[in-house]
Amino acid sequence: MSALDHKSRREGASTSRARLRHRFNGWLTHHRLSAAESLARVLDNPVSSLLTWLVIGIALALPAALDVALDNARKLSDKWDSPAQLSLFLAATASADEARELHRELQERPDIAAVVFVSREEALQEFSLLSGFADVLDSLDNNPLPDLLLVTPAPEAGPVAALHRELSADPRVAEAVLDMAWLERLNTLMELSRRMVLALGGVLVAGVVLILGNTIRLAIESRREEIVVVKLVGGSNGFVRRPFLYTGLWYGVGGGFFAALLVAAALWFLGEPVARLAELYQSSFELGGLGIMGSLNLVVLGGLLGLAGAWLAVSRHLGRIAPR
Amino acid sequence: MITFDRVSKRYAEGHEALSEVSVEISQNELVFLTGHSGAGKSTLLRLIMLIERPSRGQVIVDGQNLARIGNRGIPAHRRNIGVVFQNHQLLFDRSVYHNVALPLVIAGYDQREVGRRVRAALDKVGLLARERALPITLSGGEQQRVGIARAVVARPRILLADEPTGNLDPALSAEIMQLFEAFNQVGVTVLIASHDLALISRLHHRILTLRDGRLVSNRA
Repeated sequence: MSALDHKSRREGASTSRARLRHRFNGWLTHHRLSAAESLARVLDNPVSSLLTWLVIGIALALPAALDVALDNARKLSDKWDSPAQLSLFLAATASADEARELHRELQERPDIAAVVFVSREEALQEFSLLSGFADVLDSLDNNPLPDLLLVTPAPEAGPVAALHRELSADPRVAEAVLDMAWLERLNTLMELSRRMVLALGGVLVAGVVLILGNTIRLAIESRREEIVVVKLVGGSNGFVRRPFLYTGLWYGVGGGFFAALLVAAALWFLGEPVARLAELYQSSFELGGLGIMGSLNLVVLGGLLGLAGAWLAVSRHLGRIAPR
Repeated sequence: MITFDRVSKRYAEGHEALSEVSVEISQNELVFLTGHSGAGKSTLLRLIMLIERPSRGQVIVDGQNLARIGNRGIPAHRRNIGVVFQNHQLLFDRSVYHNVALPLVIAGYDQREVGRRVRAALDKVGLLARERALPITLSGGEQQRVGIARAVVARPRILLADEPTGNLDPALSAEIMQLFEAFNQVGVTVLIASHDLALISRLHHRILTLRDGRLVSNRA
């Protein structure tokens, strides 16, 4: 009885459960080894790796930055977007009683959330206070301003345009002003921009996948001999694939990190003038960034794209490398 | 252990590398395979390793008909066979230790077990002291012994060798053959392709001779 036979018999006696755990541990170990080894390989060529990271970083930073810009624009426009207001300038012929009656009527309507009555006297007072033309206004012998009703439609009510039409027809109303057109234009423009960013993002993401696919293809070519040997001694496709998938992951994660860095740098660069501009407009607007979650998402997205690119290259090129 | 049943292999370009080869190699046997270059020695080994598949006939290894092994099963099949190549097929970017460890890493052994087995294999081929060396710094004979250590480290039941002494001088060649005989004595089935007739006829094992793809001699 040789030592070899004895050994193999002992192995045969081990339970299949222990063997499964052993295989799983081996698989886990190889994942760890592949991850560490690929990272070491990436870091071993700092210049070319840095270039790859930057290319991916720039490609990801562009749509990410545009998205951040759009978010900021939306934040700004949301302030104006809050339920459109109708300004009802009452006819000069309408008496104070008629104005109060209209006020009450409107308040009772379910499709109107709030009505504020600004009498012509109040309007004049406010105007003279704000405009600094108090002296001029005092010299007028009668008040040129009409009574004003500020109508806020209920948010769940139908299109404001219908209300606008109805109120315009009221004989007590001289003019109903609904300045919605510019808001609609703005919203349409925002939607258009959003789609353009989405399309651009899609194209650039595809570009990133292709760039990474090509990088991994070159890595595969440069390790052709090794792949042949591994396949000769019984390495499965999964085993051969693993280090390349990790390489793609590291390139992608690094690229995502650089993208987040670039976006943060751009925001820092623009932050001061934006704050000054906001100050000049007496607005408390503050430039929003990616935030920690956004940056993390970018890194994760980079990693996923890296994996996708590596998978693309691996599935196309590894199969063709076989022992001859 | 290895059975060829009327096996033919015709390559796509029309060249018939093996014609109607039938042979039986039993367990614990050491068999030499000889013939001039191009006679089909390598093709026969490649069929056993499933690098190629036969055009006709059946190959049965360790009770398993290789025709039944799909492409996904090839890696597992190869893990049961140790192979020594003429050009060693070592990886020059890693140490002797890591070259020998490769089959065990592939099979998923834990690191302690890998260390134990690699050192045992290197000890058997007399290279324990060189485990940290890079293959490029070794002589041809030492490189071949690293290749042998890698082939046996996972304790396969079958060991194939394709011209293992092709680049070595006679003294080294004899040493390498002694190593194969030692493995054979502990129960490994060994098949060695070699055209070094002077060497192999001294060793008193069965010799299969191929000529133009046909088995022309099968003598003990």
